[in-house]
Amino acid sequence: MSAATETLVPFDEAISRYDPVMGLEIHIELNTATKMFCGCPTEFGAEPNTQVCPVCLALPGALPVVNAKAVESAIRMGLALNCSIAEWCRFARKNYFYPDMPKNFQTSQYDEPIAFDGHVDVEVDGETYRIEIERAHMEEDTGKALHVGGSTGRIHGADFSLVDYNRAGIPLIEIVTRTIEVPAEKAPAVARAYVSYVRDLIGGLGVSDVRMDQGSLRADVNLSLKPKGSDVLGTRSETKNVNSFRSVERAVRYEISRHAGILDAGGKVVQETRHFQEDSGTTLPGREKSDADDYRYFPEPDLAPVSPSREWVEQLRSTLPEPPAVRRARLQADWGFSDLDMRDTIGAGALDLIVETVEAGTTPQAAKKWWLGEMARRANESGQDIDALGITPQQVAEIQALIDAGRINDKLARSVFDGVIAGEGTAEEVVVSRKLEVVSDDGALGAAVDRAIEGDPDAAQKVRDGNLGVAGALIGAVMKEMRGQADAGRVRELILEKLTS
Amino acid sequence: MTDLTRKTADELAQSLAAGDVSSVEVTQALVDRIGAVDGEIHAYLHVDAEGALASAADVDARRAKGEQLSYLAGVPIAVKDVLATKGVPTTCGSKILEGWIPPYDATVTARIKAAGLPILGKTNMDEFAMGSSTEHSAYGPTRNPWDTTRIPGGSGGGSAAAVAAFEAPLAIGTDTGGSIRQPGALTGTVGVKPTYGGVSRYGLVAMASSLDQAGPVTRTVLDAALLHELIAGHDPMDSTSIPDAVPPVVAAARRADVQGLRIGIVKELGGEGFQPGVQTRFDEAVALLTAAGAEVVEVSIPSLEYALGAYYLVMPSEASSNLAKFDAMRYGVRVPPAGVDDPSAEQVMASSREAGFGDEVKRRIILGTYALSSGYYDAYYGSAQKVRTILSRDFAKAFADVDVLVSPTSPTTAYPLGEKLDDPLAMYLGDVATIPANLVGIPGLSLPVGLADEDGLPVGLQFLAPQKADDRLYNAAAALERMLEEKWGGALLSRAPELEVAR
Repeated sequence: MSAATETLVPFDEAISRYDPVMGLEIHIELNTATKMFCGCPTEFGAEPNTQVCPVCLALPGALPVVNAKAVESAIRMGLALNCSIAEWCRFARKNYFYPDMPKNFQTSQYDEPIAFDGHVDVEVDGETYRIEIERAHMEEDTGKALHVGGSTGRIHGADFSLVDYNRAGIPLIEIVTRTIEVPAEKAPAVARAYVSYVRDLIGGLGVSDVRMDQGSLRADVNLSLKPKGSDVLGTRSETKNVNSFRSVERAVRYEISRHAGILDAGGKVVQETRHFQEDSGTTLPGREKSDADDYRYFPEPDLAPVSPSREWVEQLRSTLPEPPAVRRARLQADWGFSDLDMRDTIGAGALDLIVETVEAGTTPQAAKKWWLGEMARRANESGQDIDALGITPQQVAEIQALIDAGRINDKLARSVFDGVIAGEGTAEEVVVSRKLEVVSDDGALGAAVDRAIEGDPDAAQKVRDGNLGVAGALIGAVMKEMRGQADAGRVRELILEKLTS
Repeated sequence: MTDLTRKTADELAQSLAAGDVSSVEVTQALVDRIGAVDGEIHAYLHVDAEGALASAADVDARRAKGEQLSYLAGVPIAVKDVLATKGVPTTCGSKILEGWIPPYDATVTARIKAAGLPILGKTNMDEFAMGSSTEHSAYGPTRNPWDTTRIPGGSGGGSAAAVAAFEAPLAIGTDTGGSIRQPGALTGTVGVKPTYGGVSRYGLVAMASSLDQAGPVTRTVLDAALLHELIAGHDPMDSTSIPDAVPPVVAAARRADVQGLRIGIVKELGGEGFQPGVQTRFDEAVALLTAAGAEVVEVSIPSLEYALGAYYLVMPSEASSNLAKFDAMRYGVRVPPAGVDDPSAEQVMASSREAGFGDEVKRRIILGTYALSSGYYDAYYGSAQKVRTILSRDFAKAFADVDVLVSPTSPTTAYPLGEKLDDPLAMYLGDVATIPANLVGIPGLSLPVGLADEDGLPVGLQFLAPQKADDRLYNAAAALERMLEEKWGGALLSRAPELEVAR
């Protein structure tokens, strides 16, 4: 079955008849220096199978040992999510076979998670929605199968498959929400806001890189529909590994439309995993998931139980950074942003980017101008998240510094952004190589001003007659001739000097 | 010079320290003995004569330089093939690991090497330590040196037979339900299962993680204590390893005094179902202990009747999960499915496991998978865990009244090869007396206490002690051993038949 055969009901129509019931699972890779159960490094992007040992390769006889740093990160994360921290918990084995899973069981937590019963409050359009957290538990990541040959990179059509076990054993925290029921029209935005909020929250703890594009934060969207006024839950689908905030929102919208299409036609939604398609914004069926899945969970006998002392937990609680809401209020006051500015900033996912840009020496207003203007536009055009554009806050600050120094203007800065994003070097290097520097040399400008006056005698006369507003037309002509690189202020002075003195 | 292969590890250690003999001479004597008799016994799956002699030469050189060496430095040892040995094949008695050479050492192996004991080779075992007779080895059975038509016990039959046949003074075994103690009893050797967590499991290919324990197989109690002290102790690589200091087992073995010791005879482990000749030797040994000043009482552990059942749920459950890693993806044999052109990963896994695992292993994987499956978990695995808890409580109660418990180690002497192969349940009963210690995590020691009248085969007596009180076993067993040797006028093994030596 392909997306083309799905009958979709437009979103607005779908939510007029059905209410969505969501559940979100977020997997977060911790940025510990070593893996969950062994001492292997966790660096991203290393040569395949170079960060492996007997333990994470599951060589016969090797035994896991829990990474204390990962437990600490899990506790801090649980506390930040307002969870209770278990006094005693255990790991369990989740048994199933897959080539990228060395032991053919995943060491995870089952009925005894380290953190449980929490909540976070997220804001959408000025309204606050409480998301209940059922649990946050520790587990290990699997390896990665690479399917070689075939065009899609998927297993179908591949000539052969290779397995990279570098990722196997990297610590993960899985955060599972309770059922989320919000006004139907808000569901996609709430889902996005929740994932974004958790990203900010966890990013603030410093326990993960929370990079969706590198898979260090991955979201699964569980969704079902129930007819308005009904209490009967529908069958859910589970859209796996959605890898941007925008995609989370789109996946929720799409699944609402798709489920409604099936239900309207009197069909039955199949309980299955789905894969989100970035290009089309649709989902495709993955593995059918039935109740017959039997992971044969049982307590991991190779690991001692984890029992964090209350003193330790309280000590970790005291080191938590300020909660995002408090931090936002503080930043808004520091920056002098209006409520609307702040909402736009958060909505665009630009808060931390602006913080870092300001830290790099830019004024808050200038930082906001670039991130909410130019960068938001580029992100929107390319369908990316704003932090995935390939430009860093430091680079934005460097470009703003060039503007402040009068070496380029706002318009030229756009070309500098192009160059920096294209990897042509630092802002400084791009300015030089693309010859973007503003011309303020009176000799070159004077000649251009003379030509502009010659080319538009009517305008020149009006200025002479005291109608200074018309000078703009002459400035425009000079700028055009100099491909935007003229120092507009100096041009204006030269025109006025020549025509009114 | 007396036959070096017949000396105990303690005697060898003294001779080596005194410079009367070199480790190379001792090692060579054992390599020769293996060459002469192992064709008949098949105690070894892999003999590493070259590696052992090199290591012996190294120890000799270090000793010549006056280096401070460990007490057992230079005394050769055999290691059960379930422990990873870097650069030396490790098969766990299974076809699925045929030819696998580990790139790392088990902690036990590493400690043995660090202490300078030459490793003679890897000993035979039931496949993945599943079985009580060493007939389930994929590479053929080991034979009992007392009667080569009989089993040596299992799963560590290779280690026990190697020690009994003078092919090694010391061996390492592993004991999940009795695999050190039961073959010890059947071959007339001393076998010890330390307290769970007393010896690191890192590098021990797991059958059942919560039950497995490596330990010594030797000819004397003192030798066992010396080896125990060498391999025991905390290992940060094994999170179930005990962080406390190792109990003073060598001192206890040297003390050998049961005056005033309170000994409990476990009522449920003896009498009906136990071979008369086994029961007789056991009763005589208890009489000796009483005569030496021990206070002997009968104790009851009512929950013992559920131990075997609980064991045969926990053990296969854990084994089914532990053995899932053998999937032909990273190591071991890969057998493509016959008649399939373009097999899927699942098909390759299935056919490799079909070809690589033997019947007993498959039987236990299926049992365990079933016991853990949803809908049956509570009834089987869950109940078995409850039995463990009750059993622990009952043992604790018994140990409140007595210092050690005793029973026959095995209900019978060694039976003929093949006799119980088609009757797994009958074979499982052979471990009835040893299994409880594994479920509860307490230490156990089997000591030879004579030969059964009806068949002239060795009988073992099992001592059990509370967790971390391993030293009590050595004290009591050494005392009994001394009395028995006085009575016999020498070691029991000196009465074993001479094996036909191949030329």
